[in-house]
Amino acid sequence: MLFLPILIPLISIILLIASRHRLKLQQWLSIVSVLAQLIIALTIFFNLSETGHLVAQAGSWPAPYGITFVADYTSAILLIAVSLIAVAAIIYSIGFVDQVRQRGGLFVLFQGLLTGVYGSLLTGDIFNLYVWFEVMVISSFVLITLGAEKQQLRASVKYLVMNLIGSMLFVAAIGLLYSQLGTLNMADIAYKLRSEAIPPLVNSAIMLFFIAFGIKAAVFPFFFWLPASYPTPPIAITAFFGATLTKVGVYVMLRFYSLFAQLDAPFWQPVIFVVAGLTMVFGVLMAASSYDIRKILSFHIISQIGYMLMGIGLFSVIGLAGAIFFIVHNMFSKTATFMAGGLIYLYKGTYDLKKLGWVYKTKPFLAFLFLIPALSLAGIPPTPGFFGKFFLLYAGFEGAHWTITIVALVVSILTLFSMVKIWNEAMWKPEVESANLSVKSVRPAAWVGTVIAVVFTLLLGLTVGFTYDYFAQAGQQLIDPMNYIKAVLPELIAK
Amino acid sequence: MNVLIALLIGFLYAVSVYLLLRRSIVKLVIGILFLSYATNLMLFFAGGLTETSPAFVMASEAQSAVMTSDSLPQALILTALVIGFGVAAFSMVLIYRFYKETGTVDLDDLSDIEKL
Repeated sequence: MLFLPILIPLISIILLIASRHRLKLQQWLSIVSVLAQLIIALTIFFNLSETGHLVAQAGSWPAPYGITFVADYTSAILLIAVSLIAVAAIIYSIGFVDQVRQRGGLFVLFQGLLTGVYGSLLTGDIFNLYVWFEVMVISSFVLITLGAEKQQLRASVKYLVMNLIGSMLFVAAIGLLYSQLGTLNMADIAYKLRSEAIPPLVNSAIMLFFIAFGIKAAVFPFFFWLPASYPTPPIAITAFFGATLTKVGVYVMLRFYSLFAQLDAPFWQPVIFVVAGLTMVFGVLMAASSYDIRKILSFHIISQIGYMLMGIGLFSVIGLAGAIFFIVHNMFSKTATFMAGGLIYLYKGTYDLKKLGWVYKTKPFLAFLFLIPALSLAGIPPTPGFFGKFFLLYAGFEGAHWTITIVALVVSILTLFSMVKIWNEAMWKPEVESANLSVKSVRPAAWVGTVIAVVFTLLLGLTVGFTYDYFAQAGQQLIDPMNYIKAVLPELIAK
Repeated sequence: MNVLIALLIGFLYAVSVYLLLRRSIVKLVIGILFLSYATNLMLFFAGGLTETSPAFVMASEAQSAVMTSDSLPQALILTALVIGFGVAAFSMVLIYRFYKETGTVDLDDLSDIEKL
């Protein structure tokens, strides 16, 4: 069953390529495929064992030798979140993206991206993780250049180079780790690190991993590629990127911190706090100085990666539950704001806040759709953003990590400031008499996609009382990975 | 031998960093290629260098073959190479389109026309 989340998008890629001349069929196929992925993700979630794990060995090779697929609460929750937001993103892009791009393989690439994301979430093998990351990143290379406008080509050069450097550091780290421990299975590595003296080069490997995934997740010193590249493709693609790529980077950091780096917590905790704090502050300050909806939202992606890192650094049950909740919240809220921003663009023909105005007067429902996820990003109850920040700050005060917690609070206010800025400039300001901007026709699918994403956001916030237990269990599993190791390597531990 | 290979890997990394920092986009792509070669060599090195020992032996020779070299890093490199080829092909198409669209191969020209 654990292979199905990868097989379904792979099969849909074949079907989509076979039906490449029939756009309608492609659109329906994509929707059916993501719905099937959602059902599989839910099935995996409800079939986790008592310890909360589900393990599959590829080709029935026993654990340290073959490739292992593992699901625990963290990966199952994120699997559901990704497939949910993929439903909204695909419906939205049917309505938003132009026909040329849709015929140019948009849906094939979406499925390719999803394959990589699911693979990265489920794999228990370090080199296999690299392969899934490449599947994901190469799909995103093509997506970001799809249409080949000047802006996109320029942006994609930076995007390509930074991501390749990240990948190469990742492979180099795998090489170092393999030369020291002689295994690639994540559980086996974690077990060896716990039962033997740690060879010195392991620390270099973990540092290389941190930099590699720091680049992928766009954390403090490595984030410059993100604001340069994310705003250039159609916003439907940006919305999907924002929900998947960086979040998978954070997920891997979470997993690696739990399995490997927590053994050296006195060194890593301050490093992660410093990086998290700077990521938050830089992201939000750059957002505050931008006047383009896409740029503001892209900078906020960076700022919010900082919160997730903070949760990793706190490493308590509530802190980790908060970090995972924050990832899910960000997938929904950020995508929904991007989508609403895209609708504003469709009606007004620009993303520039200086040229926008009076959306609230002419399209009150659209303003409302924007308001909910924007308030969620800023952290106003009862939206999920509030609960995410509440868990993190609670854990911060509980663990007496004063500096990072206060930084998080201040950044939160600045986030509210830039959301209010978009609101004031785009919604409430009198319309600027602008030269005839090219207004495109709005297909209903764009509205449907946005409404779905906003409803997900609201539901996540309103049901937090029921879902918190699962997030807490996910956090508990990450703190004590012994059950994870036992689930993957039953014979080895029994000895 | 180990030292030589280590020096070679270091040299390849140095070359790639130098090329990545150049302004020309063509050199940038060559830099990416060197980066992946250096990394692949490092991966190869991870299995340890064992002279004159094969990765596979026949079942009949299994008794006599005292030492075999680790075949896993070689399999890993094969995978990494294929991915590297794919990425290299894509980046070459990308720089070609980039040149066709902008008429320049100088990355510094990027910044002053980058207004969104």
